[in-house]
Amino acid sequence: MSSIATITLSPAAFKSPAADEPARSDGSLARQRIAPASVARQGVPRWLRRLSGPVLLVLVWHVASVTGVLPGEVLAPPSTVIGSAAKLIETGELQDAMVISLSRALAGLAIGGSIGVTLAIIAGLFRLGEDLVDATMQMLRTVPAVALIPLLIIWFGIGEAPKIALIALGTAFPLYLNVYAGIRNVDSTLVEAGRTLGLSRAAMIRHVVLPGALPSALVGLRYALGIAWLALVFGEQINATAGIGYLMATAREMFQTDVIVVCLVVYALLGLGVDFTVRTLEKVFLAWRPAFSGT
Amino acid sequence: MAASLQRNLNVVTAMTLSPVAKQAKASLPAVTVRGLSRRFGEREVLKSLDVDIAQGEFVALLGASGCGKSTLLRILADLDREIVGEVEVPVRRAVAFQAPRLMPWKKVWRNVVLGLPGRPDRGRALAALDEVGIGHRADVWPKVLSGGEAQRTSLARALVREPDLLLLDEPFAALDALTRIKAQDLVGELWQRHGCAILLVTHDVEEAVLLADRVLVMKDGVIAHEERIDLARPRDVADPVFASIRGSLLDWLGVRHGTHGNA
Repeated sequence: MSSIATITLSPAAFKSPAADEPARSDGSLARQRIAPASVARQGVPRWLRRLSGPVLLVLVWHVASVTGVLPGEVLAPPSTVIGSAAKLIETGELQDAMVISLSRALAGLAIGGSIGVTLAIIAGLFRLGEDLVDATMQMLRTVPAVALIPLLIIWFGIGEAPKIALIALGTAFPLYLNVYAGIRNVDSTLVEAGRTLGLSRAAMIRHVVLPGALPSALVGLRYALGIAWLALVFGEQINATAGIGYLMATAREMFQTDVIVVCLVVYALLGLGVDFTVRTLEKVFLAWRPAFSGT
Repeated sequence: MAASLQRNLNVVTAMTLSPVAKQAKASLPAVTVRGLSRRFGEREVLKSLDVDIAQGEFVALLGASGCGKSTLLRILADLDREIVGEVEVPVRRAVAFQAPRLMPWKKVWRNVVLGLPGRPDRGRALAALDEVGIGHRADVWPKVLSGGEAQRTSLARALVREPDLLLLDEPFAALDALTRIKAQDLVGELWQRHGCAILLVTHDVEEAVLLADRVLVMKDGVIAHEERIDLARPRDVADPVFASIRGSLLDWLGVRHGTHGNA
């Protein structure tokens, strides 16, 4: 190694900074003002900003209907939809249908969820359970639940049972997968800490493993609800005599696009309501987690 | 005291134990390790180790990363049984790790009394938290605590069990310098008040000399050196005797003190 370090200076090194860079050659310092967050939060309230999208969508729909760009046979105008919704509510048809559909979804979710969560706990906590349950579940989960409709009809007939079974099948898997993963991904350093605190096996499961798996389980619940809704729509297409799907099927036969839209909106609202419930559950049960709220 | 000191691993009669600990308040040491070996695959991390810790004695275990000091602590905490040799530890023991390892889903006070028999005793938790100076943080989530507060909670959780042996695995390593000094003082105070035996695993020589009755230097899986620190407490880092002990321990660790940066 030579004892004197030499640097070769190329002419490029003396070039003035590019135009888009903050100029420094004149000795000035490029600075940025850090505004207090409270200033940034001023202006349009958050809820109003969030509402603007859907409102705009309805407005475009209304304008398109009024100007005739969107004929009534293709999609009824918003005013007609609101009118028929009011009529359906007045006769009580819509409420009855909602109660029936919602109870189908919840019954399916309760059955499927119990199965999924129970199997996940067995597979997550016990080596034997893992060997017996997990491989089977991982294999079965690749079968789309909807593809089982013909089989379900043969097994359960065309009453309520196949619809609820379909929802149960659809919801069991996401809950199983997420609860199982949640249990298996519980922070091992916390389990170790629990051991040094002298927790019994049952106490460890109660105080460390299950709370640790809860965030993942709630993600599973969200997936499960999404699938429950999808399964409900599919299920209600098969020989329903009541429920939103039945209302929709009748409307289809009579080309009542307004009623169909009302039903779609009801599906959406039910979905939103359930999603809201899960969010509330997360707020209550995951209050310990410093959540990232975004800007 | 000696009679109440229950033992749970490889029970042997007290007669067969050599009375190594001279400062022991009782004849039975809190910790006895004989011929302890631990292998990780081909690598022998602990090589036929002999260690005694007297009741109420503060022992610091020094060593470079990977020398096996944390492995020894984990074995004493009964977190690792893949061992050869004899190990006896008190039944009542507690651990504070480098990371506080608090259950994030339990409020601070519930973390402190987690694992104690019976219903969670808030009064007991508050007393323990007050002792480490953070009683006012009893009702927050652990994620809200600062690093120093979390480590204090972890200490409170360990001490509320009234352990005969407290195992500290580099509990101050992740703290900033100022918080670390306060936490070290706190541990010194708590030790004098509770009178439990402490094994402090650390790579900070100053910390070891500041707190311990005896410093063990671990190297390549054996205790390479043992130094009794007879300085009066509280100890002064600026004391020349302190500095010379510190220097000799650094020598044992293979760090040539005073030559940093000139090598």
